[in-house]
Amino acid sequence: MSEKHLSTQFDSELSGISTRVLEMGGLVESQVARSIYALTNFNAEVATDVLRNEERVNAMEVEIDRDLSTIIARRQPTARDLRLLIAISKTIANLERVGDEAARIARTVQRLINTGVSSRLRLPVNDLAYGAELAVAQLRKALDAFARLDTQKAIEVLKQDDQIDQEFDGLLRKLITYMMEDPRTISPSIDLVFVAKAIERVGDHAKNLAEVIIYIVKGMDVRHNTVEAVESMVK
Amino acid sequence: MNIKVDPLATSRPKLAVRDLNFYYGAFHALKHINLEIPERKVTAFIGPSGCGKSTLLRTFNRMFELYPDQRAEGEIIIDGENILKSKQDVSLIRAKIGMVFQKPTPFPMSIYDNIAFGVKLFETLPRVEMDERVEWALKKAALWNEVRDKLNQSGSGLSGGQQQRLCIARGIAIKPEVLLLDEPCSALDPISTGKIEELIHELKNDYTVVIVTHNMQQAARCSDFTAYMYLGDLIEFAPTSELFMKPKKKDTEDYITGRFG
Repeated sequence: MSEKHLSTQFDSELSGISTRVLEMGGLVESQVARSIYALTNFNAEVATDVLRNEERVNAMEVEIDRDLSTIIARRQPTARDLRLLIAISKTIANLERVGDEAARIARTVQRLINTGVSSRLRLPVNDLAYGAELAVAQLRKALDAFARLDTQKAIEVLKQDDQIDQEFDGLLRKLITYMMEDPRTISPSIDLVFVAKAIERVGDHAKNLAEVIIYIVKGMDVRHNTVEAVESMVK
Repeated sequence: MNIKVDPLATSRPKLAVRDLNFYYGAFHALKHINLEIPERKVTAFIGPSGCGKSTLLRTFNRMFELYPDQRAEGEIIIDGENILKSKQDVSLIRAKIGMVFQKPTPFPMSIYDNIAFGVKLFETLPRVEMDERVEWALKKAALWNEVRDKLNQSGSGLSGGQQQRLCIARGIAIKPEVLLLDEPCSALDPISTGKIEELIHELKNDYTVVIVTHNMQQAARCSDFTAYMYLGDLIEFAPTSELFMKPKKKDTEDYITGRFG
């Protein structure tokens, strides 16, 4: 928010809570990246670390939520201040779910290592890395757009969501081929399907974040519209 | 898909203001105001001190004519008649357009007579009907249960909130069409304020209500439409939910979000 309120205390409350949303976003982004690192390297330690950090993500959501209620109760915000706070409430719920996806991936990694599958079979884990990179980049871009309240960047995020979806479809086909060629890979391949789905969900959450940014800035609810429609609405 | 309904278009205007200018001597207090107040809705005027919101309200029943240096130019049309040019007796206009002020102003008489007094100016009612009218007005103003056993006691013995509701009862007893409220809650505690706001909500079933308030949250809570004024100009007029969620003008946004100044 560029201009100042008459109450500097209110300003610092708003900027404080926005900063903490970005902190939470940063943590969640690294959770996803690290869970994928754990997968592609079959590193149990990193997977455990991700699961441990998941509690921090949850705690941050609860804490930000509590502060949101306090600000709303005490300041009775209106217009863009109100939109910002509603948007933050949605954003942190999305970020928390991204955190859940990272934890899900980490648990899958642990299972693959513990059952010895990772050392016995060759799995296409590196193929998952590209989609994951895209998803993390989308998340970063959405958080960046949030920090700057940049609707153009938010629209870019919406546009690129398709790529992740295509990547997911491709992976699905590849994993099916693996399962058909070697039935021993069926069980771990199904695990990887769920990982791919988790990555795709991270992309969806980034998209939700982008939509919320347009709501803050323009006051328009652009959910459930095509990217082209959103673009012309925002113009 | 966005479905847009313009509530301003769906309700009939009760009062239309056209190019209204108002002067306190040489001071130009209202500048070219154009506005339509929808019928049986609550319309709130907000804005910083000195923006002209009370002045605008007081033109609606020609209250300003009590002061020699004040004059209004333009049109205020109610039921097809420009009340500023009207040859009609001003007290008849005020019977149609009642007003309640910031400070409760009970007459120095009994609760009963406070209400009967205004009615007697316009109607000659038999005692029984007058009793009914007083009860009706007090019930409408949500005061009946508190004063039913002491109608003969002085109105000034009531609490501030009760006095204000008595004034509202007095205002509606003559069955006006429009009720003007000039900061009716600014001298009241939160409980009394809550009662009056509840009352405002009830009143709009039968009356067109216009309220001036310093309390933005009050405007947000109890009005259907809100007008934001600044230095004698009408900056923005819109459905309340729109004005408080997504105002069109930046000036309005700066004011309602507390960035003004």
